[in-house]
Order: sequence, then structure tokens, then C-alpha cells
Amino acid sequence: MRRLLFVLPLIVLAALTAIFVLGLNPNRDPHEIDSPLIGKPVASFTAPALADGQPGIADSDFLTGAYKGQVVAINFFASWCVPCRAEHPLLKKLSAEAGIPVLGLAWKDKKEALQGFLGELGNPYDRVGTDENGRIGIVGFGITGVPETFIIDKQGIIRDRIPGPLSDDLIETQLLPLIKDLQK
Amino acid sequence: MITELGHYALVLALILSLAQAVIPLVGAQRNLRPWMALAQPAAVGQFFFLGFSFLALIHAYVVSDFSVAAVYENSHSAQPLIYKIAGAWGNHEGSLLLWVVILALFGALVALFGDNLPLRLKSRVLAVQAMVAVGFLLFMLLTSNPFARLDPAPLEGRQLNPLLQDPGLAFHPPMLYLGYVGLSMSFSFAIAALIEGKVDAAWARWVRPWTLLSWTALTCGIVLGSRWAYYELGWGGWWYWDPVENASFMPWLMATALLHSAIVVEKRDSLKAWTILLAILGFAFSMLGTFLVRSGVITSVHAFAQDPARGLFILALLVIAIGGSLSLFAWRAPILRQGGFFAPISREGALVLNNLLLAVLAATVLFGTLAPLILSVMNLGTISVGPPYFQTVFVPIAMPLVLLTAIGPFLGWKRGDLPGALQRLTAAGIAAVVAIAVTWYLADGTSFMAFAGMALAGWLLVGTLSEWAARVKLGRTSAGNSWSRAVNLPRAAYGMTLAHAGLALAIIGMTGSIAWKQEKVVVLHIGEAVEVGDISYRLDDVRDLTVDNYMAERATITALEDGQVLTVLKPERRQYLVPSPPTTESAIHSSLAKDIYAVIGEPDGKGGWTVRIYHEPLVLWIWLGGGLMALGGIVSLSDRRYRVGAPSKVMAGSKAAVKA
Repeated sequence: MRRLLFVLPLIVLAALTAIFVLGLNPNRDPHEIDSPLIGKPVASFTAPALADGQPGIADSDFLTGAYKGQVVAINFFASWCVPCRAEHPLLKKLSAEAGIPVLGLAWKDKKEALQGFLGELGNPYDRVGTDENGRIGIVGFGITGVPETFIIDKQGIIRDRIPGPLSDDLIETQLLPLIKDLQK
Repeated sequence: MITELGHYALVLALILSLAQAVIPLVGAQRNLRPWMALAQPAAVGQFFFLGFSFLALIHAYVVSDFSVAAVYENSHSAQPLIYKIAGAWGNHEGSLLLWVVILALFGALVALFGDNLPLRLKSRVLAVQAMVAVGFLLFMLLTSNPFARLDPAPLEGRQLNPLLQDPGLAFHPPMLYLGYVGLSMSFSFAIAALIEGKVDAAWARWVRPWTLLSWTALTCGIVLGSRWAYYELGWGGWWYWDPVENASFMPWLMATALLHSAIVVEKRDSLKAWTILLAILGFAFSMLGTFLVRSGVITSVHAFAQDPARGLFILALLVIAIGGSLSLFAWRAPILRQGGFFAPISREGALVLNNLLLAVLAATVLFGTLAPLILSVMNLGTISVGPPYFQTVFVPIAMPLVLLTAIGPFLGWKRGDLPGALQRLTAAGIAAVVAIAVTWYLADGTSFMAFAGMALAGWLLVGTLSEWAARVKLGRTSAGNSWSRAVNLPRAAYGMTLAHAGLALAIIGMTGSIAWKQEKVVVLHIGEAVEVGDISYRLDDVRDLTVDNYMAERATITALEDGQVLTVLKPERRQYLVPSPPTTESAIHSSLAKDIYAVIGEPDGKGGWTVRIYHEPLVLWIWLGGGLMALGGIVSLSDRRYRVGAPSKVMAGSKAAVKA
């Protein structure tokens, strides 16, 4: 019994190693876990605006409102999320190179913190909606954390989901071709 | 040419370390003195070659030789000299070289100054140290050669990441590496002891200075890093629980535990297997940090250029080194003779509890850091674990530890008197109550955690000072007698008092800056003002300026309190010449009561600028406290026992001190 105690650290190391090896696998593709929501219309939601007088974001925008007939990207982010910071400059790039509006949904975050975040890093979003209690993200889009990005087609149907931060590579090899296709 | 010589020296160092890893070990097993004695010159030679190699690399940076790939990637001819030099270790390849240089430096120090070590132990320690060096040198030469050339050579470099162009870079990484690598020394001692099958008080005394050195360096490194992030990133926070920060924090927690458990081995000949395990785990966490930062398995703002092949290599190193040593531990540790029994309530008992709490804290940080990875590889989705997790899990476990920190030193060895100890902590208890009252009086809208933090800080600070007062019998004997006691108290005792008091100060700072932080973000036009708390901030002017390698917009913001000018803040927004996102340079006015912190953001195109003002109450105390802790480490390192080194029969402590 006591002997077993001395072997325990070795067992923990073995388990961690297994996780790391899986983590390093270059074929590990977060996309293998496809969202069941892909191919379905955006669920009904209304996200209040960041400041009074600005428009918020709602599902009706895609079908009948401002974004009717456009391909758009929705990016879930939060000022407390470090990878979101890393991803931030890429959102402008995505919007410019693909020629689509990027909408920001601030997940579980306070308005003051968000204003600070956007004031400092710049605001790449066409509109920002807030999801203070996180319901829109979890129930409406099935996100498991931030950042996550969704591509919505002209008919308001979810076409792609990127869990985790965007990268140059991802934008160029995956998103731009997809968006071009959807824009036809 | 010098670059090639540097590369060549690296290969020579590898060959030497191979010899140093094998021959002395065999010699120690077969009792061949000349074989054992080889370790010494080999360790010195290894340091010589690596030192040369490091200087060769710095030379390439200083002369801006862009035919060297790493220089091209991380330097620019217009960069100030200090950042050309510091740029040498501001990237993956160069920082690895710095890592092994420090490793070799420590090896050489043991070889040259470890005269009091038995030859057998010394040769084993140096052999283990060389094995670690072999691993890292192979890693560098095979996957991350800092001397790789480019052909044709580019005309201009891509410059050091602007966020890194700060004096912080010159000190923060070397300090951290000193800490990480110092833990490799404790690790080597632990492995050597396992091979010998003997752990005794003398062993603990040899290990402790290395642990202490590495703890002190880690403390400095973390304090500097936190301070740097605070003013450089411009988001006015001092700790983000970012994976890379955690990677430095976990070894620190382990080193803290090891520091305390080694005392038990030294004084009471107990807790041996556990101490050995801590020494292995401390270094394991250092290597784990290296792996996490450089492999790309985890997203972080600090991460180096990432490459799965490198990740696999470090993982293999980690598994061989740590797996090997844990196997050795599983096989050899059970035979270590257990000495000194003790009652649950005793100094040893308190130190065991301290160790358990620190280990649990390290485990929670490890779990929080790895949770995103674990969920992702198990196909459970991706998450990002933010400060809320750590604040709800880490803080409640840390609180009893702080409570205990004041009590432990009052408990006697073997069997302690808890009611007696608590009685002597009456003043500390009063201080805790006073802290709550003062907090309640001064601040409104205070949370439970803020009261708890302040009460704990008061408790620990006064408890620590009471312990010192009890040692010198302050007020219970003549002033002259107290004075001579104070003078003769061992340095290690002062080290503890300083470190514990430093922790108390740091807790004051952490509590204050979390509980009462204020921030405001507004768009200001020239001449407009905004109120934050009692202070009014007026944007006077925004000016363009051009410096060496960047252009900037510099704002002038006047802070007024009751109509009086408090200070003038000049935050900047910089655009470096080589294309990169603009960076912000915050302006900070520090005082013991609070920092005021201003950042200028993007212009709105209509004559206004986004201005952010933060009030960070008491935040300075965090770094003062951290600095005091590190000072405690230095004072303790200067203790005579470690300098003389020879195991003395006299128990250190107040008894020995009075006799002197």
C-alpha cells in the first residue's frame, strides 16, 4: 500500500503525458467536433447594444433587417479573455479581406470593461451586442467558451464555427474560400 | 566567423557534458577516484564553452548581422543597443541558450566552490546536472539552433516585438531562468541522494541554499514580470492567470514548499521522501512551463514562436527526465530511513500542513492551466479558463495558509503548544480586528473578501513581528540585552521575518487593488476633463513626436485634486517603424495610497481621443511586498551556516545566538 503511494507520481505523469501527446498531434482539429447547429438557422435572440442609442444585434437582422442577404461573421469575445486579445487584430483583417461585416457578441462581460477593451484595441466590429449572462452564447450558439466565431450565410443559416482564436492561416485557407463561396 | 565559433562551442559543450554525465557516475559506482574527479574540470569547461557561445550570439546581435536567422527575426539596426543585447534572449532560440548558460554556471559553481561536498555526492550531482544539459543542448542543436544562417542575408531585420522593447526584458527573463535552473540544482541533489540511498541533515543543508537562491530569483522574476505587465500592457492589472504566468508560479509554489520541508529534514531528520519528491516536482514544473510556453499546446499572449516538432522534443525530454527520476523515486525512496517522529501539533506538523496547502495550490493552478487542453483533446469542446476560476478556487485555499504562516513559527519542534502559540498571537488577533475596522471606516462598498484580505494581512504582519519580538525578548528584558539578541539572531531567522512580512504587505496590495479599483473610459476633446473618484483629469494636448525607431502621439493630461495640480501624466500611443499594431505606453503616478494610471487610445476622428483612467489603490504594495520577500531570501542566503557550509553540531536558533 505504502509502495503504491510512491508510484503515484509516476502514474500522474503518465496521464499528463498522454494528454500532451494528444494535444501536440498536428491532426488535432477542433473542427472534428462539429456544432450540431451548423446548417441550422440562427436561433431567436436579442442582444442589447453596448451604449444607448446604438443598435444591438438580433436574429431578425439577418432575415429582414440590416444584414438581410449578406454573409456575416459573429465573433463571441470578452475583455477578460486573453486569447481574444491575441485574436483581435485578425478580426479587422477578416472583415476587410472578406468584405463582410463582423459582429461582436460580448459574452459574460460588463459594459465598462468592454468599452475599455474596444477603446484600447480598436473596434473591428460593425455592431456590438452584449450577452451579459451568457445565455445567447450557450443556448443560442452552443459555445463552450470565448473566443468563438460563426459564419452566417445570406439566408441567416450558420455555416461554420471556429472554436478558439482565429489565425492568419485559418482565415486564408478556410474562411475566405468559404465566404467567397457563400457570397455567390 | 565568430558566429560559427559560437556554434562550434555549443557542440563542444555537448560532447563535454556527455562525458560529464557518464564517467563520474560510473566512477562513483565503482569507487574510481580519477573518474569521479573528472566531473569538476568538465563542468568548468562546459561553462567556458557555453559562455563563449552566448557572447558570440550577443556579438551577432550587437553588430546587427542579419545573416543570422534569429537576429533577422528579432532585431533591427535602428533599435537601441540595450534592446539589441536583450533581444538576444527575447526569443525562443536565444532564451534556450541563456537557459543552458545558467545551468552550466551553476554546475561550475558547484565544481569550484563545493569543496565541502563529499567527492562521491559531488560527482553524482554534477553528472545528473550534465544529463539535463545534454538534453537541452541536443534540443537546441537539433531543433532550435540560434546560429542558423540565412542566405542571402536580408538587408534589414524584422525588429524585436515592440511589447518587449522595455528594460523589463533585460532583467525579467534572466531572473526567471536563474530560478528555473536553480531548481535543476535541487533536482540533481535529489537524484544523487536517491542513487546514494542516503538523505540526512547535511544533504538538506547543501540543498537549501540552491533552493533558496532559486526561490529568491523566481520571486524577483515574478515580481518584475508582474510589474512589467502592469505598466507595459496598458490594461492596468498585475496578474492575469495566463498560462505563462502560471508556468512560473507553479515552480515558485513548489520551491516555497521545498524550502520549508528541507528545514524539517535538516533539523529533524524527517519528511525525507517527501522533500525528495518536492525537489523532483519543482524541476518538473520548470520543464512543464518550458513545454507549455514553447510547444503551442496552449494559447497565451506570451508564447514564443510555436512548433509542434519542438513541443514533441521537449515533451520527450520531460518524460525521460521526470519519468526517469520518478521511477527512481518509486524504487529507491521507500528504503530511506525515517527519523524523528513528531506530534500533529508541532513545528513539523505546521510545515507539513504548509506543504500540503502549497501542493494543493500548485495542483489547482495546474488544473486551471491545463483544463482547456484536457477538454479539447477529449473532444469536449474548447474553453478559456479566466481569472474567475482562480479567484474562486485559489484564494480560499491560500487563506488558511496565510493564517498558518503566522502560527507555525510559534510552535515548538516535536510537540507544540497551540493554545500557548495563540496566546502569543493576541497582538496579531487585535491587528486583524483593527484592520477590519479601518477598512470599514475608510472604504465603502467593501466585499467580504476585502475584509478577509486586510484582516489576514494585519494578522500575518503583526504575527510575524511578534515572533521576532519574542525571539529578542523585546520588553521582557533590558533594552541592551534585546539589542544584543537582535544582533546575534541568525540571518536565516531575519530572512523568514522579512519574507513573511513581505507576504503580508503583498496581500494588502492585492486586496486593495482588486477590491477598490476604479476605471473610467471616455472620449475627451482637448480641454475637456473627466472625474474619477476625487480627482479630475484634463486632456491638455496631444502631440506627435518621432523617436529612434517609432513615432508616437503623446497626450498631456493634468490631474487635479481639490483644484491643486497633483501630477501631469503623459501617456503615448506608439507606432513602430516596422509594420505592427500600435502599442500603448501608459503613464503612471505611483504613491503608497494608490496609483493613477492613464492610457490614450484611438482618436475618434472628430477631434476626440479615447482616454482611460484607472485608480489602482495600494497596488504598489504588491511589489514592495514581493521585493521584501526576495530580500528575505537574500538575507537568509547570507546566513553563516551556508557560507561555512560544514555541518555544525550546534542547533541554530535563539539558544546558539545568545551564547555568542
